[in-house]
Amino acid sequence: MMFNIRVGGEAGQGMNTIGTLLAKSLLRLGYHVFTSKDYMSRIRGGHNYSDVRFSPEPQQSGTEKVDILLALNEETWEIHRNTLGDEGIVVFDQDDFSPEGQGPKKKGISLKKKAEEIGDRRIGGVIALGLIHKMLGLDLKQFKKVLEEKFSGEILEKNLQGLDWGYAEGEPIFSVSEGKGLKGTKLISGNDAIGLGALVGGVQFYSAYPMTPSTGVLNFLASQGERFNILVEQAEDEIAAINMALGASFGGVRAMTGTSGGGFSLMVEGVGLAGITETPLVILNAQRPGPATGLPTRTEQGDLGFVIHAAQGEFPRIVLAPRGVSEAFYQTIRALNLADRYQLPVIILSDQFLGDSEQTVMEFDPEKVKIDRGKLIKTHEEETPYLRYKFTEDGISPRLIPGEKGEVVLADSDEHNQAGNIIEDSETRSKMVEKRMKRMETIKEEMEPPLYEGPDPQNADFILVSWGANYGPVEEGRKALEEDGFKLGHYSFQDIWPLPGGNWEKTLQTKPWILIENNYSGQLGSLLKQNGTGSPEVFIRKYDGRPFTGDEIKRRIKEEVGPRG
Amino acid sequence: MVEKKEFQNNEEIAWCPGCGNFSIHATLQGALADLDLEPHQVVISSGIGQAAKMPHYLKINGFNGLHGRALPVGTALAAVRKDLKVIVESGDGDIYGEGGNHFLHAFRRNPDLALFVHNNQVYGLTKGQASPTSELGMKTGVQVKGVSNLPLNPLLVALAGGASFVARSFAGDRKHLQEMMKEAIQHKGFAFLDILQPCVTFNKINTFKWYKDRVYYLEEDHEKGNWEQAVRRAQEWGDRIPLGIFFRQERNVFAGDFPELSREEVFDPRERIYCWPEVLENFK
Ligand SMILES: Cc1ncc(C[n+]2csc(CCOP(=O)(O)OP(=O)(O)O)c2C)c(N)n1
Ligand SMILES: [Mg+2]
Repeated sequence: MMFNIRVGGEAGQGMNTIGTLLAKSLLRLGYHVFTSKDYMSRIRGGHNYSDVRFSPEPQQSGTEKVDILLALNEETWEIHRNTLGDEGIVVFDQDDFSPEGQGPKKKGISLKKKAEEIGDRRIGGVIALGLIHKMLGLDLKQFKKVLEEKFSGEILEKNLQGLDWGYAEGEPIFSVSEGKGLKGTKLISGNDAIGLGALVGGVQFYSAYPMTPSTGVLNFLASQGERFNILVEQAEDEIAAINMALGASFGGVRAMTGTSGGGFSLMVEGVGLAGITETPLVILNAQRPGPATGLPTRTEQGDLGFVIHAAQGEFPRIVLAPRGVSEAFYQTIRALNLADRYQLPVIILSDQFLGDSEQTVMEFDPEKVKIDRGKLIKTHEEETPYLRYKFTEDGISPRLIPGEKGEVVLADSDEHNQAGNIIEDSETRSKMVEKRMKRMETIKEEMEPPLYEGPDPQNADFILVSWGANYGPVEEGRKALEEDGFKLGHYSFQDIWPLPGGNWEKTLQTKPWILIENNYSGQLGSLLKQNGTGSPEVFIRKYDGRPFTGDEIKRRIKEEVGPRG
Repeated sequence: MVEKKEFQNNEEIAWCPGCGNFSIHATLQGALADLDLEPHQVVISSGIGQAAKMPHYLKINGFNGLHGRALPVGTALAAVRKDLKVIVESGDGDIYGEGGNHFLHAFRRNPDLALFVHNNQVYGLTKGQASPTSELGMKTGVQVKGVSNLPLNPLLVALAGGASFVARSFAGDRKHLQEMMKEAIQHKGFAFLDILQPCVTFNKINTFKWYKDRVYYLEEDHEKGNWEQAVRRAQEWGDRIPLGIFFRQERNVFAGDFPELSREEVFDPRERIYCWPEVLENFK
């Protein structure tokens, strides 16, 4: 059972708050919840909506189908009426408009008027949620707890009054399976998970310039900064942001910066600086559709090719694209460890879809959190003076925290010798390039191969290939197709660069595969092709700024390969 | 007592014979020694240019980063490593041109560091193009008809932006320069020192003699806390060029309430792992 509630209206009508309250209530009733946001780049007006989808089973995708549409204005009805199935119902403010035409069921209720009668204009949404709980046959107890934690006094009283009134106005018309009473689950957005990962991973300095959809991470860390001694600074631009983070990292603390494509473009020279100075740095690029300003509040996987090549010259780097919210947490910690271990820039490639959607996750496991600072050292034990870029077997030099008596540390963006001083001779240059680049071989070995799901690849008709947060929708689509008799496997890449080795190479050489990417040109596909996989049989792509959904994947694969079973 | 020679290293210096940078280089060592600072206690963040090579020619901690970006690097260093003295050192092209935005915001942020700009009124390393402070009419291989953009007055900009320490000195007056450097390093907050630096190869207008004939010291009784007066004096340029501290004021420094981290704390942020579950309470 999957159930989807869509709340739509114009910016400023509080869709987010309504969605969040509903999601929290459902979470506490023991459901797996997935929320997603579709909003315009404006503060008032326009059309925005958020989806709250729930099920007793885990899920990581939105859906095209709506079961209850809470239309806070007439436009919402017009735009979304076709998403309602035969069983679906639209809930609307009966004093405001009445949905015209045939089709789905309709339920009018007094929202604004009743809210004013109770004495707080803002509680219209809560009234509607009371009604929706009744329709779903859900208990209000958990919802009331959520409200009690959020409000107090008179405001709380009015909210509870509105909630009860709305509840009394409805009939139980849906029968939904009961939640499984999940213990310790949390509802977390991708951005907050990255922020949490940074916090737990020991970040002590975060500098950024606001840019949607990465700003959530900046907000989260700012909210925790004082408590956990994290210095969070809004830089004057992204160039300053990355250079500040590098300064902090050179000073020895864990540092991170975050932005979206436009800001990443400004950071590019700094990415190379991290490369040649061998300064550990984690950079978040939360993708939105480009080029230039593009679609500021929407999603795309358009920057893969960009981030793996960004900056002049050749230097090692790592690119990780978390598959979901839980991974966003663990991969951020891993990114920090990798940056320290290999002394290079690590890019976390997320997107608006992952950043803004919330997912039910199992309690993060502190046991799985390890901090590894690699070859960072507090004291230099050898007799000879410390050399920042000392040649070593593995290309990684001990990194001394500046400030040790008798020793100095010199980092340099020019080509340099082992001490960090500028050189131009061909021999040292070549050796330094080799020193830096040879780390790639070791790194490649520790990159994790794509996750594989589905039947033994030999028995699969097609292999689906996805990367990053597209995992959720693609996997949901695959499972749905399995029920229809399709035999599909699914490789989902999280470690993007350097591309991990593994069975996938052989499988894709021998089996027809379907590439699914949220972009126009198939950027992971190009990368795989360079590794000898040949071209996919089918390429399912999307570049309208919206994320894939599970049902869309199912529909589009069926369109491409025909019915089965 | 720290001695000057503790800062010496054996790098071959790539400045032209007679360059004003040599005296800045020697004076800096004197200033640091005078302040009893040891090489490991100081870090220089620099950009790119002839001036920006300074950390290579000293035994000192250094981050020689990108053209124009020395200030952001230094700003963060000063914030997270309060145990280190941070000096940002670069050329006029680097700080006033490529890094102009960071220059502006350093006034507002007030990081605890000293900024030394080797202002030779020209782009030295790239062979003589105009810098933001080049005089009107100066002819170069690019400004073939002479500079037509108005020269920037960095002191006025700094004062207008709220800089908490604004001073000027001259590479040809080492005694004064050393005093200014010491004052700047000791200032709590952002201390901006513009250093007039003759470029013997590419700037044939603002020569040693040109500066020598014009510079003079601000009077003993110049009120350093008087902003209006500072603004008025900073406008003097041309026949007479004042040197000294134009303005000085104590105010909140960047990240002043961020704790001074020990090297142990810098190294090991592990402790936080054990208190984070309470943060998750927001997500249920
Ligand atoms: C991004 C970037 N743009 C341009 C350059 C080339 N460049 C190097 S130094 C410099 C100007 C140097 O002038 P200044 O900062 O005044 O230093 P000086 O050599 O005069 O001491 C330029 C344009 C560069 N290294 N990086
Ligand atoms: Mg210059």
